[in-house]
Amino acid sequence: MKGRPAPRTGLLRQVDGLARALVPTATTAVLLVLAPVAAGLPGMVPAVALPCVYFWSVFRPAAMPPPAAFGLGLLTDLLTVGPFGAGTLTLLLTHGVAVRWRGFLARQSFLLVWLAFCAFAAAAAALGWGLQALLGWKIPPAAPGLTQAGLSIGLYPLIALGLTGLHRALQQADAT
Amino acid sequence: MIRLSIPLRMALSRLSLPVLIAAAFGTMLLGKADAVLAERARTALADVLTPIWAALREPVGAARDAVQAVRQLVTLREENARLREENERLRRWHAAALALEAEVDMLRRQLAFIPDAAPAFQTARVVADGGGTYARAMLLAAGPQHGIRKGQVALDERGLAGRITEVGQRSARVLLATDMNSRIPVTLEGSRARAIMVGTNGARPRLQHWPEGVLPAEGERVVTSAEANAFPAGLPVGVVRWSASGAPEVELFARLDRLDVVRLFDYGLNGILPPETSVRREPVRAAGTPAARRTP
Repeated sequence: MKGRPAPRTGLLRQVDGLARALVPTATTAVLLVLAPVAAGLPGMVPAVALPCVYFWSVFRPAAMPPPAAFGLGLLTDLLTVGPFGAGTLTLLLTHGVAVRWRGFLARQSFLLVWLAFCAFAAAAAALGWGLQALLGWKIPPAAPGLTQAGLSIGLYPLIALGLTGLHRALQQADAT
Repeated sequence: MIRLSIPLRMALSRLSLPVLIAAAFGTMLLGKADAVLAERARTALADVLTPIWAALREPVGAARDAVQAVRQLVTLREENARLREENERLRRWHAAALALEAEVDMLRRQLAFIPDAAPAFQTARVVADGGGTYARAMLLAAGPQHGIRKGQVALDERGLAGRITEVGQRSARVLLATDMNSRIPVTLEGSRARAIMVGTNGARPRLQHWPEGVLPAEGERVVTSAEANAFPAGLPVGVVRWSASGAPEVELFARLDRLDVVRLFDYGLNGILPPETSVRREPVRAAGTPAARRTP
């Protein structure tokens, strides 16, 4: 006889729910920790952080609350050298704006979401440049910021592909 | 779990973003006010993660080697011809070097010249990129009893790569010569003129502040200068290249994009270090340093 599995109850259900809520943040954190291994491509950590936070903020904001974005930003700052706190602010603002616009963004095609991400990446690069100038009290060159934006824009489809699979799996798990 | 009323919970969730943005500004101020704290936190995290990165480096390195091998197969013939030609040239240089060495030996004997002690060095593996958007740095894995100090000079097999800026229990950070904040006193070998090599975050650092009347010549060798007591004189750095926009740049000998292992030399110099580090200098290493650590 076929049928849906009986809904889980009690503690198991709570643990299951907690695990599901933690998956996006945990996968992002793991990706961030693994990113520096690709030495030779500088700036991989922030370039990986931005697409992850953007994706989850648009498609599963409940699993990427502001404290998670803050924590991931702090991790980014600790894994890179630069003005402390700049990565945290960038990720938090990305999260805030993405959540505000998610009603529009989540219904669009992949291409449009990617295009919107290009704007986010450019804005993040501009913000990073501004913070670097302000905190270092020196005008930094623009090229590294642009490279950074280009790298995260190029990485977005790859990361989104993996995260979409994860997102679908989580949705299926929610449905049962 | 604390049960909160629904309006209160909603208010809290609406407040959390502004509060956290304010906290991010606070973190920024804290990082600005107490740079040592941020540095310590970074080093502590690097210490924890370095063993993981070191383990992950193996498969990554193997994959890169495989790609490299395939690429080399394609250019095998040209490479062979180039190497044969280079070998021929090096053979001539070898003969010249042997003759010069004999001559130098003879002259030294006549002058009772006391040579500089060979500096001690240790090698360390590069395990991860330690930089960021506006920084070029590498993280090194070090043993638990390593003797790495701040300010040590890092060289790859070809030339100068950078300097140690942070040292942890199991890791160390090298600020590369290409980093925006890197300023290295150099000597132009042809004219013996001093200059400063300034990192730009690009592949080629710029030359600045060379004396009037001297122009860095294209292809001229650049070596470190002992000015400011930060580097020993004469370490190979690179060659001068004029950029398309008319600025003299240095093409580094070191291959910073594929650093695997660096040699860390201890010349016992501590010029241009923040005061807090130069105050607590470590004791000079005991005279009985293992012979294997000495340069041949």
